[in-house]
Amino acid sequence: MLKYIVRRFLFMLLSLWVIITATFFLMRLAPGNPFTSEKKLPPEIEANLNAFYGLDQPWYKQYWDYITGIASWDFGPSFKYKSQTVNDLINSGFPVSLTLGLEALFIAVSFGVLLGVIAALFHNKWPDYGSMVIAVLGISVPSFIMATLLQYIFAMKLQIFPVALWESPKHTVLPALALAATPLAYIARLTRSSMLEVMANDYIKTAKSKGLSQRAITIKHAIRNAILPVVSYLGPLTASVITGSVVIEQIFGIPGLGSHFVTSIQNRDYTVIMGMTSFYSIILLVCIFLVDVAYGFIDPRIKLAGGKKGE
Amino acid sequence: MKKAKILIFFSFILIFSSFLAACGGKDKDTAGGKAKTDLNINISTEPPTLHPGLAEDSTSGSVLRQIFEGLTRINLDGEPEYAMAEDVQISEDQKTYTFKIRDAKWSNGDPVTAHDFEYAWKWALDPKNKSPYAYQLYYIEGAKEFNQNKGSADDVGVKALDDKTLEVKLVNPTPFFLEMTAFFTYLPINSKVAKENPDWANDAGEDFTTNGPFKLVEWKHSEKIVLEKYEDYWDADTVKLKKITMVMVNDPNTELTMFENGELDWAGHPTGKLELDALPILKKEGRLHTQAIAGIYNYKVNTTVEPLNNKNIRKALALAINREELIENVTQGEQLPAMAIVPPTMIPENEKGYFNDNDVEKAKEYLQKGLEELGYKDVSELPEIELIYNTDEGHQKIAQAIQDMWRKNLGVEVTLNNKEWKVYLDDVSNLDYNIARMGWLGDFNDPINFLEMYYAADTGNNDTGWENKEFQALLDQSQTETDPDKRLELLKQAEAIIMDEMPVIPIYFYTYNWVQNENLKNVSVTGLGDIQFKWAYFE
Repeated sequence: MLKYIVRRFLFMLLSLWVIITATFFLMRLAPGNPFTSEKKLPPEIEANLNAFYGLDQPWYKQYWDYITGIASWDFGPSFKYKSQTVNDLINSGFPVSLTLGLEALFIAVSFGVLLGVIAALFHNKWPDYGSMVIAVLGISVPSFIMATLLQYIFAMKLQIFPVALWESPKHTVLPALALAATPLAYIARLTRSSMLEVMANDYIKTAKSKGLSQRAITIKHAIRNAILPVVSYLGPLTASVITGSVVIEQIFGIPGLGSHFVTSIQNRDYTVIMGMTSFYSIILLVCIFLVDVAYGFIDPRIKLAGGKKGE
Repeated sequence: MKKAKILIFFSFILIFSSFLAACGGKDKDTAGGKAKTDLNINISTEPPTLHPGLAEDSTSGSVLRQIFEGLTRINLDGEPEYAMAEDVQISEDQKTYTFKIRDAKWSNGDPVTAHDFEYAWKWALDPKNKSPYAYQLYYIEGAKEFNQNKGSADDVGVKALDDKTLEVKLVNPTPFFLEMTAFFTYLPINSKVAKENPDWANDAGEDFTTNGPFKLVEWKHSEKIVLEKYEDYWDADTVKLKKITMVMVNDPNTELTMFENGELDWAGHPTGKLELDALPILKKEGRLHTQAIAGIYNYKVNTTVEPLNNKNIRKALALAINREELIENVTQGEQLPAMAIVPPTMIPENEKGYFNDNDVEKAKEYLQKGLEELGYKDVSELPEIELIYNTDEGHQKIAQAIQDMWRKNLGVEVTLNNKEWKVYLDDVSNLDYNIARMGWLGDFNDPINFLEMYYAADTGNNDTGWENKEFQALLDQSQTETDPDKRLELLKQAEAIIMDEMPVIPIYFYTYNWVQNENLKNVSVTGLGDIQFKWAYFE
């Protein structure tokens, strides 16, 4: 187990290094720089700025500075937001995106699994069709339309929730729903299909013939096995949901991390691009790692130790 | 196909929602019969900085203008009036300004002194302080040299003779200098605090000391800014608003929805934006406010490539655009057709301009002349012309309309291409294009601001490869001319040369469009599009 974890950890570091290096060079290949704007700066001022941010250094020096900066968790100052460093941006944006993300994740997983199980238990009956209509809608309606619809119905017409902003728990409901819609639908479909598969297995029949109640079979035997594909989907989902959604955060005016992913590239805000990419990669890699470990606990067929097959 | 359907559906929801909302028409403000004193607006994004010396964008400017005060302030009539200065003496040659500073206090109780101005201006000019807008101070003697590492701070022509007297020496007589002193790069900084805490401007707090009508009480980055009335402001009796909340919602639909829901008192320019689809509806309902501002939307022409190196071809293209129709059907924001370079907010007679809009007959004549000069038999022999714009639906629609006009009116075929913003700027500045759309918003209220970029082919924002000796001579003359009327005449002559050579094709002058709480009065939106709440109140 320990050996596996150590190996996975080293592999994670390697992936991270590849991602950071690729981002660094791709970013520099893109035309334009942080200071290009409609109103051009006098060349002397641009030279001052380049010197201040170290952009006049040779590329390997800059590359080295970035790598050592990231290693010590110091991403440097933002080019665009002069009153904040990249660390400030992450420290203030991440808790917001995390809260919103976890809320959405909770909604998506609980309702997604519930819908999926109901659909599978009532296979080809109306609850099945009903759940799947919801699922298809959730997948096919883009989040920006979902968000606008929710705003229109619950904020404008019913006046239950505020239109936008991030001030009280009440403000989090609509964006969390909008963010949860697509993964909820996806999880419902995943659960349904794997539930159906599991229910057809021999051990379910055995359980039935032993005289176990439908409830016990479903909860103890079926769901536990049917949930596996959902768990593996949860890794990347969690990573993307807790680091913020560009669209949802923009529509609801939420001060999360999401918008930085796009605007930093538009602004060629080099330090923010590097900071966001590294941060996201780390979260993603950690989530995938956790899922792998979790698999070992849920699914007895997977042995984390690897190699040793108990000869 | 799918995308188009989604868009139609989306616009339908939008239109429907704003329509229904308009029917709702409930008024929350007048509850209790007492006028509201809290203003809620949207500034769209986090201001990149609230340090006057570092600011270079309109969002930062929109906040700074409320919380700081320069020597002058642009008043409700659009004229500079005394603010921190209570008097100014201008020397005979108009190159020395002596300001008398009024008795005023910073928000922490320190007196505002002439030293604070000297400190702030020299701070921005200091090359190690990375101020991108330092060049706004280049009118001052020695400023450019200091900023470009060729001179010293002591040689900069700004000096506090004592606590109350500030002497400023200029390079040239600058008739718009009292406008400049209202601009944010010229705002003072509390030198006592700033010397001790160089990071004073990073967050709201004790060290963020201000001297304007409002003070900064809360700054939640990327979320909201809260201002409150500054009770010790020298002109506090004028200030009626008690609190201004500025939220940061970067989505025009949400902004309008919040406005309709009574959560905002203002939606649209200058701090936000209205969606193009919403404009006709709001206009029909009579709720849209429109104001001309000093800005131009134009097509730059690369005068170094064939056939655009021929001025008759360029003029043919300029005359064959139907601007009225374009504004009516495409841009829909009540913009003014531009047949000149300097906006009518600065030179009123420019509403008519230097040529007629949509003068197809004359355009054809110019085209014929141009073809002959270049040695082509007819239009079909013209080399391919490419029109580029940065990726944006609005620019695309305009380009398509103009492409069509050129095809119909002249038989000239152009191809369209769009590019990501920074890639686009790079290409335009390297003259790697044929025709490119560009906008220019004035920084200060003087025609020179729209002309000096064409001074030489290598001037920073020229981007056309065009230069002209006569034009240069006229601008040079205007720099030393002390009589304002004569100076304006020189600048008009210079503009006439550009319009005769047409290195840049004017399309329209910008307008700002917004909706506002109709009880809100006296918000100042200047000719430069700057918003101020010093005089604002609710009825």
